Amino acid sequence: MDVILLQLLNGLDKGGAYALIALGLTLIFGTLGVVNFAHGALFMLGAFCAVTFNKFLSLEIVTTDPTKTTAWGSPLEIRTPYIEVYFGDFGAWVLNYSVPVSILFAIPVMLLVGFIMERGLIKHFYNRAHADQILVTFGLAIVIQEVIKSMFGANPIPQSAPELVRGAADVGAVFGYDPGIIVYPYWRMVYLGFAAAVIGAVFAFLQFTTFGMVVRAGMADRDTVGLLGINIQRRFTVVFAIAAVVAGVAGVMYTPILPPDYHMGMDFLVLSFVVVVVGGMGSLPGAVAAGFLLGILQSFASMNEVKAVLPGIDQIIIYLVAVVILLVRPRGLMGRKGVMEN
Amino acid sequence: MFTKTSPALDLVYFLVFAAAVLTMPIWLAPIGAGYPDLLQKFAIFGLFATGFNILFGLTGYLSFGHAAFLGVGSYTAVWSFKLLGMNPIPAAVLAVVASGVFALAIGYVSLRRSGIYFSILTLAFAQMSYNLAYSVLTPITNGETGLRVLESDPRILDGGGATDGPLISNLFGIEMTGYAGFYFCAVVLLIGFFIAQRIFRSPFGIMLRAVKTNQNRMTYTGLNPRPYTLAAFVISGMYAGLAGALMCITDPLAGAERMQWTASGEVVLMTILGGAGTLLGPIFGAALIKYFENIFSAFNEQTLHEIFGFLPDFLEAPVVAVSGLFVGEGWHLTLGVLFMLIVIFLPGGLMEGFARIGRVLKRSSNKSEKSGSATAPAE
Repeated sequence: MDVILLQLLNGLDKGGAYALIALGLTLIFGTLGVVNFAHGALFMLGAFCAVTFNKFLSLEIVTTDPTKTTAWGSPLEIRTPYIEVYFGDFGAWVLNYSVPVSILFAIPVMLLVGFIMERGLIKHFYNRAHADQILVTFGLAIVIQEVIKSMFGANPIPQSAPELVRGAADVGAVFGYDPGIIVYPYWRMVYLGFAAAVIGAVFAFLQFTTFGMVVRAGMADRDTVGLLGINIQRRFTVVFAIAAVVAGVAGVMYTPILPPDYHMGMDFLVLSFVVVVVGGMGSLPGAVAAGFLLGILQSFASMNEVKAVLPGIDQIIIYLVAVVILLVRPRGLMGRKGVMEN
Repeated sequence: MFTKTSPALDLVYFLVFAAAVLTMPIWLAPIGAGYPDLLQKFAIFGLFATGFNILFGLTGYLSFGHAAFLGVGSYTAVWSFKLLGMNPIPAAVLAVVASGVFALAIGYVSLRRSGIYFSILTLAFAQMSYNLAYSVLTPITNGETGLRVLESDPRILDGGGATDGPLISNLFGIEMTGYAGFYFCAVVLLIGFFIAQRIFRSPFGIMLRAVKTNQNRMTYTGLNPRPYTLAAFVISGMYAGLAGALMCITDPLAGAERMQWTASGEVVLMTILGGAGTLLGPIFGAALIKYFENIFSAFNEQTLHEIFGFLPDFLEAPVVAVSGLFVGEGWHLTLGVLFMLIVIFLPGGLMEGFARIGRVLKRSSNKSEKSGSATAPAE
């Protein structure tokens, strides 16, 4: 039982990332009808927003302390980040919380990126074949990836979580197990809560605002909404930008869990597509549910007990599920009837 | 192009192509591509792209997992070397058979869906094979190190004796490196091209085009498209397997990175760049990409400074810095940009570009004639 609970928890944070990316993919597909192969690159861009922000904050001033010397006899160098020099304790606080704070930096950046991408490229591909859409966004993903690689290098750049949540919680103790059996890092808990909050916000936005209502109407029947005199195109552009932001902030918060490198986006993209397909193309709740489901399945498959019976299952479980789902229930878990079923 | 075909014309077309391929070492020498390693790549990737084109160009099914077949072909070829001996012919035959069977299994499942679902399914299968080749199948694939032929392998047909010198594939004593290797690949490419040409012109090929044009109507006329698409998928998988075998014949080493989705993306790009659905386009695209990959990745800051040396100093530095992003290590960036430009502006690929230029030239000459004749009767 305790093992199951542990794997459940482990699967949830990965599932959260899948769900967030898949949510954006589904939003874009549901509104614009475009298959965005560059969505993983947006996730990666978000992660590198956090890296950039952190680099910027940690610009240091080097002073020497003549009264102290190092073991080699040279004067001791003291490195202080500028931000601490200028802002004192507040600066230190910002540096400590650089990952969550960089969300504030990532949101405008990702909005801009999403907007430019939609207006500059995707717009011209509404009426082209799906194959063309896949290809052009695939090309864009390569471009983004290579630009990041040339700027930040090929090695992963680790980011640290704020000190407060750096440790791990003994979750098992709460449920009455012996201490030390079910240990779960705080940051993953934070990520889970964050993912839930973002997903909730997106749903609330679509459900309870006029803008969201128009978007939902447009997803159902865009021509009729257009005939009512609503510029649905502009709203869809905003939706694209929102999807980019969701992927971006998902990437920002994921950096302490997985040190970002330039190809992390592609790794997540393939899996997120599988998530979207399993959840049902065009179904937002389906994308979220399938994201968590597959995350949990993956973590169960990587248990040693399971691997002993079925070696290698952890590597392929997600794809296997996708294949089975596509063959047995083509429209996915929660897909609407008739939407992209063939 | 399709309107003016006849068996005689096709034969001429094929012979011209064959002559062009076999004389490549001569006429490619002036542009610095006349050496065997690169020419082998042209032939191998040309074959790969030709096979991919039979599926994508004719039926319109976009597979994102063709690299898996390439990998299967490579592994089979190396295993054939290990067990049977260094002769390339059994290796090639076995690779075709193995990749064909593999393609049959994957195609049978994937072809139940079309459109993006098909792309995602093939991608999923390819990623699955890649992950397995890296992890569980290590006894067969040798994981990250890659599979290579060892001195201690049985090699039944070779007599199993330990040979001196490096283990290189040889066709009855001719070592498959350098120009001999190229000519072997070129002959295989020509055979592949010939078969592709026959498929393009056959009733079977017309059926495949019908799948691309309108699958519903095809069903309404009482034809089941599934067997045709499956056959196309298996054939193109076999081409990929053969290309993978050729890679190992010229260099007996197989690694899992050949099966990664980037490799699948590369063959898509080659086909699109040249022109999907045309016979010559994919081969042309493959050669072009391999050529520029070779040229561009060899560039470094030094060569760039030499090239842009004619610019004034204040211009030279930024120009070198910017173009430095696109060459050497950053060659993939060029590839990505090229990919986007082609899809955006020239979906039909270079072959369409040539056709367009041809039309424009014809029209302008027509126009000048017309305007000439129009001025004559003017009052």
